[in-house]
Amino acid sequence: MSVESAEVPGKRSRRSAPQTNPDGTPTVRRPTGRAAELGLLILVAIIVTSALALVELNQNRALSLALLWYGLAFFVVFGVAHLIVRSIARYADPLLLPLVALLNGLGLVMIHRLDLANTAKALRAGDDLPSPIAPTQLVWTGVAVAFFLVVLMVIKHHSTLQRYTYTLGLASVVFLAVPAVLPARFSEVNGAKIWIKIPGAFSIQPAEFAKIGLIIFAASFLVAKRTVLSTAGKRVLGLVLPRARDLGPLLIAMVVALGVLFMGKDLGTALLLFSVFLVMVYMATGRASWLIIGLLGFAAGAYIAYREFSHVRLRVDIWLHPFADPSNTGYQLVQSLFGLGTGGIFGTGLGAGRPDLVPFANTDFITAALGEELGLVGLTAILLCYLLLGARGLRAGLAVKDNFGKLLAAGLSFSMVFQVFVVVGGVTRLIPLTGLTTPFLSYGGSSLLANYILIALLVRISHSSRMPVERPAPPPAPLNEAMTEMVPIGDLRGGTA
Amino acid sequence: MPALILQLTRVGFLLLLFLFVYAVIRVIRSDLRYASADVAAASSRRARKDARRQPTGPDPSAVPRVLVVTAGHLSGTRIPLNSNTILIGRADDSTLVLEDDYASTRHARLTLQGTSYWLEDLGSTNGTYLDRTRVSTPVPVPIGSPIRIGRTVFELRP
Repeated sequence: MSVESAEVPGKRSRRSAPQTNPDGTPTVRRPTGRAAELGLLILVAIIVTSALALVELNQNRALSLALLWYGLAFFVVFGVAHLIVRSIARYADPLLLPLVALLNGLGLVMIHRLDLANTAKALRAGDDLPSPIAPTQLVWTGVAVAFFLVVLMVIKHHSTLQRYTYTLGLASVVFLAVPAVLPARFSEVNGAKIWIKIPGAFSIQPAEFAKIGLIIFAASFLVAKRTVLSTAGKRVLGLVLPRARDLGPLLIAMVVALGVLFMGKDLGTALLLFSVFLVMVYMATGRASWLIIGLLGFAAGAYIAYREFSHVRLRVDIWLHPFADPSNTGYQLVQSLFGLGTGGIFGTGLGAGRPDLVPFANTDFITAALGEELGLVGLTAILLCYLLLGARGLRAGLAVKDNFGKLLAAGLSFSMVFQVFVVVGGVTRLIPLTGLTTPFLSYGGSSLLANYILIALLVRISHSSRMPVERPAPPPAPLNEAMTEMVPIGDLRGGTA
Repeated sequence: MPALILQLTRVGFLLLLFLFVYAVIRVIRSDLRYASADVAAASSRRARKDARRQPTGPDPSAVPRVLVVTAGHLSGTRIPLNSNTILIGRADDSTLVLEDDYASTRHARLTLQGTSYWLEDLGSTNGTYLDRTRVSTPVPVPIGSPIRIGRTVFELRP
């Protein structure tokens, strides 16, 4: 994707950071927060390294200096990210990067810990040793951080995304639909037809990326149509229904996306996209009637899905009666609940539990694994990190001046927090289980990459929202009669230096 | 590993995790303090400016009440401002409908935020100018500063 970068808001202010206002009063020098970010990143590196050391100790493996090198490498990756953020988005929120680094680091440690457990299990059974997946995830972390920086560099201001509204919307829907038309050999993993597999090379999960594209599309579309949506339309039973042509494109995108996801049995992503659309429409128009329409639609859709699709019925049955068939269909959920119960309040200690008993502990059930070894207290800390991440995203949305930025930041933050809710709710049997990855914690390149792109967008928005406003100087003389002037472009760019 | 050390490291690691959460919340708190300091400074600055400027000229901190077109074919048009958003462009549903080849269908927008209007260019082809600078991000509009779109010039007045 190429993004035009003729205008670089923020560059000017960096070159000549004003010490005083035009009227001579000193400005309150608000720290950019970069020092805090560096400090927090150091703390994160310490936490992640000690987590790794604890795992090794509890697994009775020798501590070596190599651990320190791992910790240092982890810090260097995020240190580089910090330095680049410092130079291209220096007013960005200082908390986003450290929070993400902590979650990612803990995820890496837990994936490594499950690798050890799986190897031990294979040794005991005399099977072939499974290849460890933590190194793969480590490589993906590096790639994802690189992508984070590339997005940050290419998109100089979030409003450039507005120019690609329909392109992004269409591309996302098509991308989402690709696995459904591909033969199962190229698109099916564990019964879910939601992948694009290139045998021997890699496989990606398009839904993770399409989610971000669709949120950008929805934000841009709703900002353009906001006024018409909230005023024009027929009144039915006290609810204002919009005209079809106003909401058409969004509705089509949503129906196609949900249909594709339903057919691919990706209920989690369907639920996620639906709620994000609903919340964004509500935020854009400020009308509660939308929530009512959406929730009624959701209830109807859920009921029909329960009646018509056997896999939906199975999920609900497992949720309601996990112990009805604890060694077969309910096995995963039952093991997860036992794991959380074993962990209790303070957990078994990192590396001292048996989180590997839960199938798919390193992807869908990584929060259960963390809950077992860190306990309720540790899991609370992790959930607090997500809460703070979401809160900072919403904060950026509140403070940014343009409506597109507001809606985009809110949509992205909401999608991330809601995804955590769906995953943790499923693992703890609050809601039926749907296959979604936990952002930043779970094993999986697509998920990691997509979530880092999401964070890059939030960092970009928070940069423009926290940038000090330059008040234009008082007018020197009336310019009423001034007509179009020809100004060389070089002058315009460098004129204020 | 000895059980005692296991217990100690177990609790120690949880403490470390919450130390991080605490550090994050400390940063948020200092952020809030600066935000409120900004507001306080802005209001004291405004008060000082009010005192200084009272005898002469328009008061830049007052809320603008009217938009006056000073040049172009709509010259002389006055639009009273309420808190609604003002859309400017060639589209028929704009607040200020421009019949100007240099203007885009939805060219720019003025929104009231607090006590000042913010000017935002909606991706127009030929740009929106506040004084002589092209508007790329939303900027606050001081009273009396000319805004130029194509051949039309207008300003906000108290």
